[in-house]
Amino acid sequence: MSTEATTDLEKHSSPGRGGPPPDPSATGHLAGLAGARQAVRRIGFYVFCCLLLAFFALPLLWLACAPFDRTPTITASLPDFTLQNFDTLFDNPYAMRSLGNSLLLAAGTGVLVVVFAALAAYALSRVRLPGRDALLYTLLLLSSIVTGTAAMVPLFNLAFELHLIDSQLGVILVLTGGLLPSAIFILKDFMDGTPRSYEESAQVFGASPLQIVRHVVVPLVRPGLATIAVWSVAQVWGNFLIPFLLLRSPEKSPAAVVMYTFYTEGGQPDLALISTFSLLYSLPVVLMFLLVSSRYGFRFHGGIKR
Amino acid sequence: MPTTSPPDAGLAPRGAGGQAGAAPRPARDRDAAGLGRPRAAAFVTPALLLIAAFLVFPALWTIYLGLTDYRLTGLAAADPQMVGLDNFTDALKDDSFSHSLGLTLQFVVGSAVIGQAGLGFLIAWVMRNRRGALRRLVEALVLTAWILPSSVIAFLWIALLDRDDGTLNAALHTPGTAWLLEHPMLSIIVFNIWRGTAFSMMLYAAALGNVPPSHLETARLAGASGWQQLRDVVFPRIRGHILTNLLLISLWTFNDFTPFLLTSGGPEDKTEVMPVFIYKLALSNGELGFGAAISVLMLLINLVIAVVYMTLLRRRKEDAPA
Repeated sequence: MSTEATTDLEKHSSPGRGGPPPDPSATGHLAGLAGARQAVRRIGFYVFCCLLLAFFALPLLWLACAPFDRTPTITASLPDFTLQNFDTLFDNPYAMRSLGNSLLLAAGTGVLVVVFAALAAYALSRVRLPGRDALLYTLLLLSSIVTGTAAMVPLFNLAFELHLIDSQLGVILVLTGGLLPSAIFILKDFMDGTPRSYEESAQVFGASPLQIVRHVVVPLVRPGLATIAVWSVAQVWGNFLIPFLLLRSPEKSPAAVVMYTFYTEGGQPDLALISTFSLLYSLPVVLMFLLVSSRYGFRFHGGIKR
Repeated sequence: MPTTSPPDAGLAPRGAGGQAGAAPRPARDRDAAGLGRPRAAAFVTPALLLIAAFLVFPALWTIYLGLTDYRLTGLAAADPQMVGLDNFTDALKDDSFSHSLGLTLQFVVGSAVIGQAGLGFLIAWVMRNRRGALRRLVEALVLTAWILPSSVIAFLWIALLDRDDGTLNAALHTPGTAWLLEHPMLSIIVFNIWRGTAFSMMLYAAALGNVPPSHLETARLAGASGWQQLRDVVFPRIRGHILTNLLLISLWTFNDFTPFLLTSGGPEDKTEVMPVFIYKLALSNGELGFGAAISVLMLLINLVIAVVYMTLLRRRKEDAPA
């Protein structure tokens, strides 16, 4: 219906395209009305933008001000500039260690996800294994259904049975298992899109399959691997639930969990510490995001799981 | 048709593949490196083992646990008994479960379906013809809200909504309003809109890029109002994107644990959405069997959403020009 209508419209008005509409009946009054409407629309647009900016900026203000304020309070206000708060942060072994833990979890998970997903995706892309399509479909379905929140009870049990409670390895394995299906799916798509001719000519020159994978395929799909690495690191860096469930000792907890204990436990929160810690902890994701968007042009996190 | 719409390159589920418009690939499954099936199987195995252990097995175990009276401590911890479907019937009759389900529905519909999708579309629509600093600023702020770690975001909102010194009370001149205690559900709904609008905004911005500008222009020249343009020209073209968007954000919001960071489910149980409810029941109170039964119901709801989504995705892939 609507397509027909538009095609009709197209036919009638195509000569007018590119310039003002050739409207013979336009009078000064109508033009004035249109002008007023335009003005109202413009004002509406700017009001909308102001409200939007206020809504999205308001909660972030505190993060921009408090870390640099000599006497940080809960209220966002122009800071009485100082960098002293960062000394408080760097002197706090607990806070710095948690960032180290986050790094360890993110790097460990990132490496496992990239290596295993790349191997699996390459094999699935190039070799017709029986039941491949069904497998991919099931994997993607599973990864969206079995989320950390829906499976927290058995994940806790499983870690308990395997003596992986309070083990960082346990957290890494659980997170890797959760991220792998989407990573395989995205990478397989990526590898399907890369040409096979390089591999074939390498084969002609007598390279073994493993050599080809190492020296021809890996350089070819590096952008895909980088995307997956950044994506999985970002996922782990911000993840709260899994380490919160599986880790017991504060010395092993990542920044996400330690940050939470900063403001839920221990009476009066130390705002100098919380604000600088938040900033330092947020910085890597922002940097990674800027890197990815400048390098590859920002696309959505692929897959169904975020 | 006057124009052929370009295939929606770069949209969510395709990932980084960018295969739209690629040359036809006759030898789709050519084993170019001479890998061979045994080696290929060896390549796939480690990933599958991890997935089986930490994704498939927990899901199956959830179902098993849901059928037992397993508890974290006490007699039933040592020797859990099969109780069949009792947990499920108990859950469905339980007041706290239906209370939590109602809250979850409010949370998903209010913050995702209406809030994120509505605001995301509005931003994408208003900004569609703009290039420049204003648009970049808006997008940067909306995206920042999306990418920062949830622990940080949660504290920012706790600070914002603070009763005594919160920036919101200062801005609105409503001193002494304890937002998280007086309007807990509203708070986490607005919070989640703020947190997640970025995804919808980007998806709709990409979708609107596929609506040929000439169609909009001709509709406008023919005197169609803004709303008529939306209804007759835009919506029919981005129907698939809207559906994708709604399904994904509903799924994510339904499984979101972040409200816990803001309110821990309180005050009392006024913000106990499903994930928080399960956490408290199973891991704080130790009722693992009952908690698992509710997890199974959650898995089922996820399954329904995901199957609908994947079916749509498949249909769209088949419909796409070869």
